[in-house]
Amino acid sequence: MSASAQAIGPRAAAKPSSLKRSRRWALWWSYVFLVLFAIFFLMPPVYMLIMGLKTSGEIAAMTNPWWVFHPTLENFKALLGSTQYLTFFRNSAVIAVAVVIITMLIAVPAAFSLGRMKFWGSTTLATGVFLTYLIPDSLLFIPLFKIMAWVHETTGIALLNHWWALIIIYPTLTVPFCTWIMIGYFQSIPKELDEAALIDGAGYIQMLTKIFLPVALPGIIAATIFAFTVSWSEFLYPMAFTVSTDQLVLPVGIVTTLIKGDVYNWGQIMAACLMGAAPPLIIYAFLMDYYIAGLTAGATKG
Amino acid sequence: MANGIAAKAPASSPARRMTMQKLMRRRSTTALALALPLIVLISTLVIYPAFYAVYLSMLDRTMEHFTGLRNILFLLHFDTFWMVVKQSCLFAITAVIFKALIGFVTSHFVHNLPAKGQRKWRGMLLVPWVIPTAMSTIAWFWLFDPSYSAINWLLAKFGIESIPFLGVPGWARFSVILVNVWYGAPFFLIMYLAALKSVPDQLYEAAAIDGASWWQKVWYVTLPMMRNIIAITMLFSLIVTFANFDIVRILTYGGPVNSTHIFATWAFALGIQGNNIPMGASVSLFMLPILGVAAYFILRDINRRGSSV
Repeated sequence: MSASAQAIGPRAAAKPSSLKRSRRWALWWSYVFLVLFAIFFLMPPVYMLIMGLKTSGEIAAMTNPWWVFHPTLENFKALLGSTQYLTFFRNSAVIAVAVVIITMLIAVPAAFSLGRMKFWGSTTLATGVFLTYLIPDSLLFIPLFKIMAWVHETTGIALLNHWWALIIIYPTLTVPFCTWIMIGYFQSIPKELDEAALIDGAGYIQMLTKIFLPVALPGIIAATIFAFTVSWSEFLYPMAFTVSTDQLVLPVGIVTTLIKGDVYNWGQIMAACLMGAAPPLIIYAFLMDYYIAGLTAGATKG
Repeated sequence: MANGIAAKAPASSPARRMTMQKLMRRRSTTALALALPLIVLISTLVIYPAFYAVYLSMLDRTMEHFTGLRNILFLLHFDTFWMVVKQSCLFAITAVIFKALIGFVTSHFVHNLPAKGQRKWRGMLLVPWVIPTAMSTIAWFWLFDPSYSAINWLLAKFGIESIPFLGVPGWARFSVILVNVWYGAPFFLIMYLAALKSVPDQLYEAAAIDGASWWQKVWYVTLPMMRNIIAITMLFSLIVTFANFDIVRILTYGGPVNSTHIFATWAFALGIQGNNIPMGASVSLFMLPILGVAAYFILRDINRRGSSV
């Protein structure tokens, strides 16, 4: 660039400065608009925090809703002391962890098999897995509801209105996508690695655990984060399958029990939302790159 | 790889062929065994329920008599149903278009920033996507609340009359779309940013040398290079938005007077709350045509890319 600028001579002197100026303008405008968008994007979470710090009295007084005059942690304390909220939290946490484990146990071997050990029908199956990811929960909740009722009638195992039953259902939301991203990760690992392993006499299972798992670790972390956030925030299935207050998970619990008719204890509701959103937010804050890798893997790989 | 080993030993003795065969056999059985849990899970909890939904939709309310297409025909003569169809399409299409536009614009702004600051901004702008929708929608619900509305409070400061966000059909429709756009636009931003980063700088330099204006660069370089990602992200989002449940359920619950019901919430209201499972199943089945079309295009894109690699 500089060499060519010198070659052109005096005319070049004006060019870079105008370029620089237009670039500075572009940068300036970018910042202006990004600040506007950031205000729009961050408004609800900030509002949750503001309201969570207010007392009911201050909210009822209808002072400036965008400012806290007497911040208090009472709402958070009250929630942490309420067995109901802690039950919601525990249900959500146990479900999310169990679903992550089940998902990885199913998705990783399956992705290895479909992506690396070609067998008859493996490509069709991989496409099929992807297609099932496109079948939404809002299409399946009614037949699943009926199936769970049917299981109760025939075997006596009550699945409806039991939070642990969600552990069986949630993997349908997480496994297809996790398998899909893991297939992408496994396929990006060079072929020479498994040839070397085969020559050294490793079996396929050894190959998976000793070579592929360590190499594909970023993919596994991304898939784990995806599975966790999906099962943490799922709303439709628990809404349809659980009713009793001690069987609810966080999102449904906040919506159905904390919002009671006309007694809106908004400070507490907002505090509950904020604490409920904390686990995914904390994971995101610490593992942002993996989170984003998992997000973009679905469409850019494949 | 098996061929490679076989080629190295052209004199393949029978014994060697035996082990190769055994290996092949072991290989495909292991492969099948590894994929089996996935196949079982998907066939029992996704494929079977999907077909079961079709069967359920053909029963009568007591679920004892087979009525064929009567539920579907009933829906086709039901005004509320057509309102739900219209609202679902309006909701999904408008939301996806705005998400794509905001995502496209903001991704350009973020891309303009110096590399050091990009991470921070990207991290901040993705927050709506990370918060569970149920919880952020509750916050929106209160932001819209008629008596305490924080948005109306701001509008009042500018001398604008308060708006009944969730009380009037038109504004309620606007509100559910707005919340969906708020939630989904960051996903587009991330996807488009990844796509922007993959456009080689040389193309822009070449365009600049040819004297292309900023618009021309966007139109002739960026858009063609991003076309695939733009299309696939929009199709994905169309499916997810079309099947959305949480936002409408929490924000308006279909009201006022069913004006914001979309397929999922109406199916829920009829099937689970109204205890008319076959009718709920029939309603949710109407999502299939759109899902099918979107899935077809996504699949075509994947296959094309698969063969080009």
